[in-house]
Amino acid sequence: MALHLEIVTPEKTVFSGAVGNVYMPGANGEMGVLEGHAALVTALEPGELRYEQDGRIHTLAVGSGFAEVTQERVNLLTDMALGEDEIDEAKAEEAMKRAEEQLAKISHSDDAEELSHLRAVIAKSMAQLNLKRRVR
Amino acid sequence: MANLRDIRRRIKSVKNTAQITRAMQLVAAAKMKKAQDQALAGRDYADLLNKVLVNLKTNFEEGSHPLLEHREGGKELVLVISTDKGLCGALNTNLGKKIRAEKPGADIITVGRKLRLQLTKTGSHLVSDYEVKDPVPFAEARPIAKQLTNLFLEGKYDKISVAFTNFVSTLTQEPTIAPLLPISSCTLGEKQDYEGVGKGQVRETDHMAALGVDYLFEPDPMGVLDALLPLYINFQVYQMLVESRASEHSARMVAMKAATDNANKFIKELTLEYNKLRQAAITAELLEITTAMKAME
Repeated sequence: MALHLEIVTPEKTVFSGAVGNVYMPGANGEMGVLEGHAALVTALEPGELRYEQDGRIHTLAVGSGFAEVTQERVNLLTDMALGEDEIDEAKAEEAMKRAEEQLAKISHSDDAEELSHLRAVIAKSMAQLNLKRRVR
Repeated sequence: MANLRDIRRRIKSVKNTAQITRAMQLVAAAKMKKAQDQALAGRDYADLLNKVLVNLKTNFEEGSHPLLEHREGGKELVLVISTDKGLCGALNTNLGKKIRAEKPGADIITVGRKLRLQLTKTGSHLVSDYEVKDPVPFAEARPIAKQLTNLFLEGKYDKISVAFTNFVSTLTQEPTIAPLLPISSCTLGEKQDYEGVGKGQVRETDHMAALGVDYLFEPDPMGVLDALLPLYINFQVYQMLVESRASEHSARMVAMKAATDNANKFIKELTLEYNKLRQAAITAELLEITTAMKAME
């Protein structure tokens, strides 16, 4: 029996199906999950998610979120999950630029949440751009 | 006694009204479909998030995190989610009634113009007001959730609830007041009530949770909780906004359908009356002519 992967964003369920193995960007670096993994909850960093299905490796750019791992399931909650063809390079670049400008403006203030939000936006845009550019 | 021209004029005006309500009905129907899909799509996420949280909860004491802390008494704040536009049946009235009955005197933060006007007029203190686009973007829930969280953490309010209209079906929308902060196991358990779909669906992980499987946490339990709780509040607010939006469009479509039907019925009645009058006029005219002819003979 294979691993069941479910990727859910607030807008929709992006993927749900049986996969070989899953590699995801965890809080402590990339981690691979095989079938029979110990139950685990981990925070996700923006980055690349890979899973194997029918002998092919699929790659998605994901935002921050969480993953719940049990013996036979991986439930992934994230605010973004985009395939290579869904990424709009110009848009991602622009979002990154905007966030960087704002970050420069408020970096001396102590609004911690705003800072972490902007950093997340930048990291998310980076993840998208990395994926897009590497494929090409 | 209405004359022919008056009736003709009325038919024309009712026809115009029917045309407008029909157009509004179609627009609402299209928006309704989108909003309903959005509301339903969010439920998957809510489901999963809820499950992870319930699993987490078993690893924590009540009150071990500032956002989980229960404080006695104190001031209450209600986030009121209403609509910007009217013509959607009794949607806002019902919600307003419920708020006045259950949370009298609570301070409010509003989304949507209708209940803001109504509640400020009846003396509720308005803390702030938000405008949310249609369809609801996820990013717009963030500032609202952030303000609520800050108000709670600063101790200005000790209990924060959300008043919104829960979308049950196209014909049924239920005004609901749900507690948001502090997050309690009770909030988590009740959540299923207004997230309707997914109820009774038992997945593998539910069994695991029931068995009390111990989860590993990465980086560590507190770190996970720190990041997960704000996300949870964010998402709660978003989901409630979306549910309200779906309710609004459904209610509007139903209300407009009723209005169109009534207008059409009215047109029918008026047309009947118009024809009767016309016939009577013709008969009278004929009668006059024949009488005149008879008189000439």
